Amino acid sequence: MTFLPAAPWVTLAVFLLPVLAGLAGAVLPAFGYLPALDGTDASLDPWRRLLDYPGFAGSLWMSLWTGFAATMISFALAIGFAAAWRGTRVFRSLQRLIAPLLSVPHAAVALGMLFLLAPSGWLLRAGSPWATGFVRPPDWATAPDPYGIVFILALVVKETPFLFLMTVAALNQVREREIVTTARTLGYGPATAWLKCVLPLVYPQLRLPVYAVLAFSLSVIDVALVLAPATNPPLGVLILRWFNDPDLGYQFVAAAGAVTQLAVVAAGIVVWWGVERLVGAMGRRWASAGDRAVLDRPVAVFSLAGTGVLWFLGAGSLLGMAVWSMARQWRFPDTLPSEWSLMNWMRRGETLIGLGGTTVTVGLISAGIALVLAVACLEHEKRDGLKPTARALWLLYIPLLVPQVAFLFGAQVLLVTAGIDGGWTALIWAHLLFVLPYVFLSLSDPFRSLDERYRTTALCLGLRPSAVFRRVTLPLLLRPILVAFAVGFAVSVSQYLPTVFAGGGRLETLTTEAVSLAGGGDRRLIGMLVFAQSVLPFVAFLLAAALPAWAFRNRAGLRGLT
Amino acid sequence: MIVTQQTMGAMEIAGLTVRIGNRVLCENLSVSIPPGEIVTLMGPSGSGKSTILSHICGTLDRQFEVSGAIRLAGMDLAALRPEDRKLGILFQEALLFPHLSVWENLAFGLPSGISRKERRHRVEAALADAELDGLADRDPATLSGGQKARAALMRTLLAEPRALLLDEPFSRLDAALRDKIRQFVFDHARKARLPTLLVTHDIADAQSAGGPIVEVEVAGQASQQS
Repeated sequence: MTFLPAAPWVTLAVFLLPVLAGLAGAVLPAFGYLPALDGTDASLDPWRRLLDYPGFAGSLWMSLWTGFAATMISFALAIGFAAAWRGTRVFRSLQRLIAPLLSVPHAAVALGMLFLLAPSGWLLRAGSPWATGFVRPPDWATAPDPYGIVFILALVVKETPFLFLMTVAALNQVREREIVTTARTLGYGPATAWLKCVLPLVYPQLRLPVYAVLAFSLSVIDVALVLAPATNPPLGVLILRWFNDPDLGYQFVAAAGAVTQLAVVAAGIVVWWGVERLVGAMGRRWASAGDRAVLDRPVAVFSLAGTGVLWFLGAGSLLGMAVWSMARQWRFPDTLPSEWSLMNWMRRGETLIGLGGTTVTVGLISAGIALVLAVACLEHEKRDGLKPTARALWLLYIPLLVPQVAFLFGAQVLLVTAGIDGGWTALIWAHLLFVLPYVFLSLSDPFRSLDERYRTTALCLGLRPSAVFRRVTLPLLLRPILVAFAVGFAVSVSQYLPTVFAGGGRLETLTTEAVSLAGGGDRRLIGMLVFAQSVLPFVAFLLAAALPAWAFRNRAGLRGLT
Repeated sequence: MIVTQQTMGAMEIAGLTVRIGNRVLCENLSVSIPPGEIVTLMGPSGSGKSTILSHICGTLDRQFEVSGAIRLAGMDLAALRPEDRKLGILFQEALLFPHLSVWENLAFGLPSGISRKERRHRVEAALADAELDGLADRDPATLSGGQKARAALMRTLLAEPRALLLDEPFSRLDAALRDKIRQFVFDHARKARLPTLLVTHDIADAQSAGGPIVEVEVAGQASQQS
């Protein structure tokens, strides 16, 4: 395998070079340089136009408010729940309930919540007319609302499970039980003990995921298109609007906006980091100040109520969309459709198969390539005895920390120059950028923690390294490898912006189509798209669990092994 | 002495039986520990000694079936949450919190409602008592094994416990250190008039404690092997 030594470099090239090139491709036009549009002189004109754009400041504030609020609420819920409920039955059931939410695309949750919380949504239908007295939808602005509340809620529904599962993973690396027991015998309530003694130990491992959530929430576009207010939308929406403006002069403004978005995310992370230091220092004082259980009850109640609400929002949204997809007639204020039918599915079958086909193809290919690269890097690392460093982890997180719109804009310029925009290559590559980090993250732990002695034993038995890999490592890691593939597939299915940019309007997936229909109100079609979009990743995870179970049905020792 | 001198009561274990499935970890154990006395629970590893301590602390997994009572100064502990039982426990490892300095670790044990200045003052006194003067601002990771063990005991005592549980706290120490730390812990336990329960598989620990020794047999050997 001569490919192996090159694997880390190929991997880096696949995602770091384009990000850097993409950023350059956004920064240069922001200062007036874009030869394709006759911009050859450096100028601050794009910035002047950006600042003069009506509503720019409002959008900036909306981005900051929603991004920080969503991240703080998600973090508080994930941490609070772990602190107060760890080790209880409630905790274990939530862990099982919340995991599926992780694989549901953001856009699907956003659309589901739109049709759950809108004035004519399911929630109000369920309460009308018996409780509310409404026989027609009231004239309320609930989803989207002018303050971005529902938008924040949708982000929280998606990001809390992510941070929660990252917390659970980090907990396996500290001696949580003993630490908490020690603190409790010193008189501390369980949640207070957890916050004072366990959180400081797990936070370093949560830092990058939290930054990724913050970066995402500050710059998200698909959820914002569906749920954010149309006046003063978050910055990303404005940038996309400029980018699609028929007046090509707006390309320069879009570039300046993209650079601003990058600065917003960078500043956001710096601010969070500063607050983190401050809270850490205050927390240390608090830890040694002796309070035993002041926070226990509030943390327990708030976190349980909060996670409960978000789970119902998440589940209700998706269920609602499934119901819509089978509704023939569903008048307000009926709680359920008065006539059901699968007609919608048959009538739209061709559209769905077309969109689904593109979605699945891109997902399978990008997840497949990502898997090969990740496995090759990890296997190379193992054979060369390399140790992963914290810095390498930062590299991996770069595509998740840099706002998509900031570099996709520039990357688009590159694609056009290379003449491959709007084609399969461009689309798969754009997805790969985001699929690869997740596949790598999900595979690296199990790969690195595989008992080294299995490999050594096989080598000592005279097998060549490639044979050891094929006959020992791969079968032992079949389960995590398939899970990593499913993770990659799910990430690909959920991509909105990369598809819009790289697909150039010629290649559409379930996600782009669903988001673009959001304003139109064909609830049946949107319901079908969201349903299909949510089911695909779910099927991938199901297969990832079922295949190893079947392959190793007679191997008890492999059941617990991950 | 840093522990407030309050009247201590005896710890009583009355007819304690612990079971998991059909495995019996401890059958009808009854011990009474007067204040200032150290009772040793001896048994090989796997005999359920630590399980008994977990039960006394109130942190035992619910899978275990327990009958019998634990009383401290006449009060039944069953209804109390672990944090309300006022028991001090020392484990094999010192378990000093790695994110806090040595003095913050000890201050963690102090009750609330004491000013920061006073906290610092009391911790300094406790450190001096444990011959750890001048180590207040150190990172606990830089302490030697014996220093960690002493710091852990002081942290426990600062929380003003009414009984002390020792879960093989000396087994990880170097042989040379072990005796010194043992004496240190026992002296403090007696001085504070704490009823103390020591769990160990090392006969030297038991002899050095100088109190009654209760043997725990390997439990349920014949009944189940998993």
